[in-house]
Amino acid sequence: MTEQKKTLALDQVIVRFSGDSGDGMQLAGNIFSTISATVGNDICTFPDYPADIRAPQGVLTGVSGFQVHVGANKVMTPGDKCDVLIAMNPAALKTQYKYCKPNAAIIIDTDSFTAKDLEKAEFKTDDPVAELGITCEVVPCPITSMCLETLKDSGLDNKSIVRCKNMLALGLVCWLFDRDLSLAEGMLRTKFAKKPEIAEANIKVLRAGYDMGHNTHTSISHTYSIDSKHKEKGRYMDINGNKATAYGLIAAAEKAGMQLFLGSYPITPATDILHELAKHKSLNVVTMQAEDEIAGCASAVGAAYAGALACTSTSGPGICLKSEAMNLAVITELPLVIIDVQRGGPSTGLPTKSEQTDLLQALFGRNGESPMPVIAATSPTDCFDAAYMACKIAVEHMTPVILLSDAFIANGSAAWKLPDLNNYPSITPNYVTAEMAEGWSPYKRDPETLVRYWAVPGTPGFTHRIGGLEKSNATGAISNDPENHHLMVKQRAEKISRIANCIPELEVEGEKDADLLIVGFGGTYGHLYEAMQQMNNNGKKVALAHFKYINPLPRNTKEVLCRYKKVVVAEQNMGQFAAYLRMQIEGVKLYQHNEVKGQPFNVATLVESFTKIMEE
Amino acid sequence: MSDYKAQDYKFGQPRWCPGCGDHAFLGALHKAMSEIGVAPHEIAVISGIGCSSRLPYYMNTYGFHTIHGRAAAIATGAKVANPNLTVWQVSGDGDGLAIGGNHFIHAVRRNIDLNMILLNNRIYGLTKGQYSPTSVRGFVSKSSPYGTVEDPFRPAELCFGARGNFFARCVATDMGAAVECLKAAAKHKGASVTEVLQNCVIFNNGTHDSIYTKEGRAKNAIYLKHGSPMLFGENLEFGLAQEGFGLKVVKIGENSVTENDILVHDAHCSDPTLHLKLALMEGPDFPVALGVIRDVEAPTYNDSVHAQVDEVKAKKPYHTFAELLETNEIWEIK
Repeated sequence: MTEQKKTLALDQVIVRFSGDSGDGMQLAGNIFSTISATVGNDICTFPDYPADIRAPQGVLTGVSGFQVHVGANKVMTPGDKCDVLIAMNPAALKTQYKYCKPNAAIIIDTDSFTAKDLEKAEFKTDDPVAELGITCEVVPCPITSMCLETLKDSGLDNKSIVRCKNMLALGLVCWLFDRDLSLAEGMLRTKFAKKPEIAEANIKVLRAGYDMGHNTHTSISHTYSIDSKHKEKGRYMDINGNKATAYGLIAAAEKAGMQLFLGSYPITPATDILHELAKHKSLNVVTMQAEDEIAGCASAVGAAYAGALACTSTSGPGICLKSEAMNLAVITELPLVIIDVQRGGPSTGLPTKSEQTDLLQALFGRNGESPMPVIAATSPTDCFDAAYMACKIAVEHMTPVILLSDAFIANGSAAWKLPDLNNYPSITPNYVTAEMAEGWSPYKRDPETLVRYWAVPGTPGFTHRIGGLEKSNATGAISNDPENHHLMVKQRAEKISRIANCIPELEVEGEKDADLLIVGFGGTYGHLYEAMQQMNNNGKKVALAHFKYINPLPRNTKEVLCRYKKVVVAEQNMGQFAAYLRMQIEGVKLYQHNEVKGQPFNVATLVESFTKIMEE
Repeated sequence: MSDYKAQDYKFGQPRWCPGCGDHAFLGALHKAMSEIGVAPHEIAVISGIGCSSRLPYYMNTYGFHTIHGRAAAIATGAKVANPNLTVWQVSGDGDGLAIGGNHFIHAVRRNIDLNMILLNNRIYGLTKGQYSPTSVRGFVSKSSPYGTVEDPFRPAELCFGARGNFFARCVATDMGAAVECLKAAAKHKGASVTEVLQNCVIFNNGTHDSIYTKEGRAKNAIYLKHGSPMLFGENLEFGLAQEGFGLKVVKIGENSVTENDILVHDAHCSDPTLHLKLALMEGPDFPVALGVIRDVEAPTYNDSVHAQVDEVKAKKPYHTFAELLETNEIWEIK
């Protein structure tokens, strides 16, 4: 009976759902995250899925995982290792066990541990727990048979019934963490709105899972509760980075009063941006699935030329193909936002995994002197602000802008306080005005910002010709004049560096008189912040300077980096940001922490590495 | 009647080689635009890379000289984003059919309302004389000193293969017919492809010789006109008649052939079979077809995109970002 169970109050817990890629682990994880956030906990999620859509059932390569970190206070990462692992089959147990803390509880579906299942997961004995040397608590649950039993009178066929087993696992986890099922039920009814019988079947199984825990068929020694503390008041929703990026673009277009255009080609892990924007035609969003990556970018350049707020979304391999069209936007000085959701490379690489290896490509991967602003979003929710600012800079400074995201923040989600657009800065295109018509030429610039004025086709009195050939600064005609070219090269570069006047200065968090400054950029913010916090809690004096604006760098970058005895740049590549900083700040001495594993950083590893640097 | 003169569309001094077919075509385009009467500031001329792609610099319209092969994709984005613009897209055979082949077929397939001009001189001129995807098999050039060992594209075939609804062909120096083709192309709603046969005096002189002069065309070409019988020859003494699934050339008065035996051109027929046969005719057995070969109405991509936007706007209750946020699962921390 439940009365005999203890309820432990926790500050935070990490749960990992794992199973076959067709087992619905992502859905179970998502629902658990959302209902946790709804009761006021903070959340950070990490879907870790294979590139295969459906690998053969039960094999090691087909395991799909979803990790969520639920906290009473702010949580910044999905967590290194989990407190509870749900393993729906032996393959999941084998591949996911390494993500468990030593005292974790592992819930397994005993019905999926037959001799045949064990063989598929390449176990050599009939005792997988012993074979893996698992020392933590394993909780055997007959998940599949409970599911079949619960729905035996439902009229559904066996296959449909077994498909509900993720909800049994979810129900069990909800019981374990004292979550209210009504929220989950509402979400299921929305998800299966067109198939009410499936919704009801899932809900029935969800309740059965909860009751199974409640009725102590499970051998877990206690349940948990996670309080909600110190959370900022307001209205929240759960959002992942790709959706936040799409929302940022929509918000910017609305603020600027411009037509939003996205030219794109499907590519993992960026495609969800196209999916999201394609839904919102009622907000006047035009999306075009182009014939290839090149046309995705080229059509966006055409849309920008014609006056739209034009964007293209892709991942690293797509950037390779778009570079030429991006460069056309550089020389013609047209606004364009290029979103690169980075994944493992080179070439096709690791399509579903996360890296920061496109940084130098974003900065320098084009022919000629081709300066381009680069912004790196720092978290799933920051994708909104970063996308918004990318649009603002593109439109106000007449330049293509690269927005770097990555697979980790693109798919990961967090609770997001709904933004009020009134609090966001205005976006004002640098249009020509009628009185400029006399003697106008396309490269006339605002003397302060060096931004050229924009005459959108259709405007009377401003017909002109631009193109990929170098133009005369004075007349806009084709020019091979050596001095003119040098001038144009310098002006394009200077225009981008002056954007530094329009972006915030670099902030330093943590200990004021730190012995070590941690430096990072983009999607690693949460992990670096947690590492800093842990070290500070352990009496080590550490600070963090995390970059969102990469080109141009914030004005105080040099001053900040030169203030500390030791500076370590931690990044998920072989030292691209460190190399860039050395290029920008002569003589700066930087330590490096580099991991290129396709996985998010591990906070414990970071702490260990940084501690070693401090002790050197 | 139009308020504009050809002069209103002219800009600058063309820099093509003397004798290049592009000069003549440019004149035809200026004239056609003046007769169509769209204001210069409402026109965007978008080109790729190559000799002929310099054309926008000689237009007093909005002009965009882009990158090699991508003009069709860039023009597509411009037209979708700003459907009020009249968009002309200019490419050569290398730009449009080699490096830009993919964008060419997809622009045609989508039926985006572009006036696509394909200036075909069967050579790469700007890079000084390499064979192009329209060069004939065996063509000797700097990059094929022993002759090419590949067959060329036939632009009409590519256009129809991509489900094209408009195809016209003219000779660059044949001003009157070129203007008529361009006007018909502009009038057509959807992707129109106009192939302009053009001479390159430097690297491929004489490539279209048999039909490049008025006399040559009288003998070796046929002007197709919707609703008119397919007659040709110096005195219109020849005609095209059907034979089995193919065409044959007949002479009026010979073997008791009368004008009633001659096919009447139907450019509006949705079945492209006969259009393809006409477009593929070549000497010495057949005349080269000039004029509007196919002109069939179909829904355009740009209209459909915006119609769908309007439809969804009317159906969905959220139209602002703030309203969009409310469509999500939201919770409140008090």
